[in-house]
Amino acid sequence: MKIIIPEDILKQIHNHGESAYPEEGAGLMLGSVKDGDKEIKDLLFLDNAREDGARHNRYLITAEDMLRGEREAERQNLSILGIFHSHPDHPNQPSEFDREYALPWYSYLITRVENGQARESRCWRLKEDRSGFDPEEIHVNLGGSAGK
Amino acid sequence: MPQLKIPTPLRPYAEGESILSLDGRNVAEVLAAAVDLHPQLKKHLFNEDDQLRPFVNIFLGEENVNELDGLQTNLEEDDTLLIIPSIAGGRA
Repeated sequence: MKIIIPEDILKQIHNHGESAYPEEGAGLMLGSVKDGDKEIKDLLFLDNAREDGARHNRYLITAEDMLRGEREAERQNLSILGIFHSHPDHPNQPSEFDREYALPWYSYLITRVENGQARESRCWRLKEDRSGFDPEEIHVNLGGSAGK
Repeated sequence: MPQLKIPTPLRPYAEGESILSLDGRNVAEVLAAAVDLHPQLKKHLFNEDDQLRPFVNIFLGEENVNELDGLQTNLEEDDTLLIIPSIAGGRA
């Protein structure tokens, strides 16, 4: 399974990470599964619900926001396929904290933001036994999300 | 019989089902029935001490059961519960 992201949606994720810098920004990726691949079609930007002093290295999407995401996905006949968040001035690899709180199946897309500039995104998926993450291939669709 | 909606990430552990109809007079009994029916759900809902994982939230309609009587919240026959995760993470 790979994750297919239109170029303009990936750009929106990078812009969001830059806007949130030096704090972590996060949101939900909505889309559908086709031929075993996840196709991202829309984003839901969410406030980082962590308290002020922790937002530079932690993010929290509350259950109430997730419920809102589920309703929005249903409205568009889509599903929540994963979560994106940024790592300001830090590698785009999942942390132990990411692992503890991760769910299976979801794609976790992490963007490395250095000195306020989004550099690179990588995607991860929790292993079945919850012991760590496996990398997930990202395919960027050039030309944007016109087919949404 | 109360129903339990399963979120997309957990459906593979419930044989692909999105809604389960389960016996139970309260939230705890419905969750126990779900795990009895689909044991693979357990490791993602409960930790090693059989406590609900901190990021797993149960909603009755639009209300988080934590705002009601928690796992002891009584259910009617036609109630529908939703499993809604909260998502946390970060670089440290």
